[in-house]
Amino acid sequence: MGEADKPVIDVRELRVEFPGRRGSVTALSDVSLSIKAGEILGVVGESGAGKSMTGLAIQGLLERPGHISGGEIWLAGRRIDQLNDQAMEQIRGREIGAIFQDPLTSLNPLFTVGAQLGETIRQHLPVSKREAKLRAIQLLRDVGIPSPEERVKQYPHQFSGGMRQRVVIALALAASPKLVIADEPTTALDVSIQAQVISLLRKLCKEKQTAVMLVTHDMGVIAEAADRVAVMYAGRLIELGPVEQVLHAPRHPYTQGLMASIPSLDGRVEKLSQIDGSMPRLDAIPIGCAFSPRCSHAGPRCLKERPELTFAGEGASACWLNAGGTA
Amino acid sequence: MTMQTGETAALTVSRLTKTFDVSAPWLNRVVERKPRQLLQAVDDVSFSVPAGGCLAIVGESGCGKSTVARLVTGLYRPSAGDLNFANGRDGKTLRAQMIFQDPYASLNPRWSVKNIIAEPLRELKLRTGAAEITERVEELLRIVGLSPSDGEKYPHEFSGGQRQRISIARALASEPEFLVCDEPTSALDVSVQAQVLNLMRELQDRLGLTYLFISHDMSVVHHMSDRVAVMYLGRIVEEGDTEEIFARPLHPYTQLLLQTIPNVRTPNRDREPANGEVPSPLNPPSGCTFHPRCPLATARCSSEAPKIRTSSSGARIACHMVDVEE
Repeated sequence: MGEADKPVIDVRELRVEFPGRRGSVTALSDVSLSIKAGEILGVVGESGAGKSMTGLAIQGLLERPGHISGGEIWLAGRRIDQLNDQAMEQIRGREIGAIFQDPLTSLNPLFTVGAQLGETIRQHLPVSKREAKLRAIQLLRDVGIPSPEERVKQYPHQFSGGMRQRVVIALALAASPKLVIADEPTTALDVSIQAQVISLLRKLCKEKQTAVMLVTHDMGVIAEAADRVAVMYAGRLIELGPVEQVLHAPRHPYTQGLMASIPSLDGRVEKLSQIDGSMPRLDAIPIGCAFSPRCSHAGPRCLKERPELTFAGEGASACWLNAGGTA
Repeated sequence: MTMQTGETAALTVSRLTKTFDVSAPWLNRVVERKPRQLLQAVDDVSFSVPAGGCLAIVGESGCGKSTVARLVTGLYRPSAGDLNFANGRDGKTLRAQMIFQDPYASLNPRWSVKNIIAEPLRELKLRTGAAEITERVEELLRIVGLSPSDGEKYPHEFSGGQRQRISIARALASEPEFLVCDEPTSALDVSVQAQVLNLMRELQDRLGLTYLFISHDMSVVHHMSDRVAVMYLGRIVEEGDTEEIFARPLHPYTQLLLQTIPNVRTPNRDREPANGEVPSPLNPPSGCTFHPRCPLATARCSSEAPKIRTSSSGARIACHMVDVEE
C-alpha cells in the first residue's frame, strides 16, 4: 500500500456502550470503516441508527456514561481512541474539523465571525494575531463569502442561513484538518442553498485533500456528494460500497427497500413501495439479523444468526442472502 | 378560475393577503424613532382546490406556505381576501382539519392516545356516551393502521411514523372532507415516509378527502398532488397541473427549484449551483421579488411586479419574460 492510499481515518470494529440501570445498551457494534485523503464517505441511516454516534465516537465526544468498549480508531497512523480528554482537545479542530447541522447554534452570537475564526486559528497554529486575521479573511474567501474583509467584522446574526453554514465550514477548515466530520450539514438549509453547500464541500475536499465523513439521512445529498457510502441500521454497518453501486444496485434488502421508497421525479406510481414497521429500539434489538422482522426475504437463519459484513468486490453487505449461504 | 370543466372546487381562495405587524414595542419605536414594520407573509394569493383532489403548495422556508395553511384552517384571520369552502356531502359548509409537521410536538404527552383521538368527538359532540366514543376511537385507529389496543398507550411509546398515524386519526375524528397537511412527512425517516404517504393516498380514495398539501420536498409533491402552486416570498409564481409543471416548468424560479434538488436517481455532481438566497420577506426586492436571482431579469422586472396570467392550458404564471398564450 502506497503512502497516498493509506486511510486518513481507520475505524476498526468499533463498539460503543451506554451502561444503564437495566443493563448496558450497545449503541454501536462492529463498525469498521476508513476514509482516504480527498474522499467523501457518506454515512446514511434512520434516526437512531448510529450514524451521528460514529462521528461523535471518532471525535471523543460521546456523552457519558457512553464509552468506547471495543475496537480501535486510527487517525493518520496514530491510535486515538485511548487518548485522554486533554489530548483529544488538541486533536479536535487541529486534525479533525466538525460541521454540525444547525449553523445558528454552532456559532457564538456574542463574537464577530473574525474573532471566532481567529481564535480557532491561533489555538492550533503558531501564528500572530495579524496573520490569523489575514488567514480568516482568506478562509471566508475560500468558502465563497463575498467581500470577506467587511464580513469578518460582522456577527453571526448578520449572516443568512446559507452564509452562516459557510462560516461553519470555514471554521472547521481553519487549521487545515486531515478529517472533517460533517453531521447533517444541509438539513437545516433550504433546497436551493443545499446544493450550494454540497458543491462547496466537494470542491474544498478535493482541493485540500481532506477526508470527509458526511453524515446524513438524505439519499439525494449522498448521491450528489459522496464517493463511497456506508449504510447503518440499528447500530451496525449493513452495507458499504461505491456510491453508484449502493444507490443503483444495492445488495442489502434494507438499502433496496430504502431506495425504492423514495418517490421518483420521473414516473408516477399509485403506491410507493414501503418497508413496514420501524427500526427496533437499541435495547430491543432482535437476535439474528436486526432487520429480519421487516425483511421480506428473511429465512430461519436470519432469525438465529447475525450476518457479518462480507466483502464482494468493492462493496460489502451484511446479509445471509449475499453471503453465499441460504437465508 | 383555473378549473377544468367537470371539476368543482372544494375551496376557492381569492386575493388572500396576510400581513403581520412585527414592529418593535411602542416605547422602542418612540425612543429609537423606528417606523412601524409590517411583514407581508401572503400577498394577493388566489387558488382553488378541486374536490377530491390534491393541491400542493411548494416553496422554500419563509415563502408563506405555512401561513396559507393556517389561514385556510382559520388559525389566522386574513388581512384581506376571501376563503370560500364549497358545501360538503351533508349540504353544510365543508369542514377542514389539519395534520401538523412534527408528530412529537403536536400530541399531548400526558394524554393517552384514546383520549387524544376522542377529544374532537367530545368537543364537537359528534358522539355521546362512553361506549359510542370508544367504538369510534377504535374504528379510527383501525383506519390508520394501528390496533385498537394502542389506544391505552401514550405518545412516547410510538415511533415517529406511528405518531403521525395518530395525528391523522385525530384529524379524521370529526369526519372532515378537507385536510390541510403541513409538511406531514418532513420529520420522518425515508422508510417511514413512504408508509405515511401511502396511508394518506389510501384514505383519500376511501373517504373521498380533498388535500391541501404543504411541502418543500419536490419528489413528495410530485407523488401526492394533482396540481402544484409554487410560492416565492408570499406570492404564487406558477400554478398548474403537476405533470405539466414537472415536465415543463415555465417560471425561472420553478426551474431553479427543480434543477437544484439533489436527485437520487440521476445525480448531478458537477452542477454550477444557482447563486443567491431567498431575500428577507421584511425587505423584499422591488418589482418581481425574484429578479435579483433570476437569469432572465431585465430592467422591467426590477420596477414592475408581474401579474399572474393564465395560459390556454390552464397554467398560471407570474413572469414578464415568459410568453403566455392567453
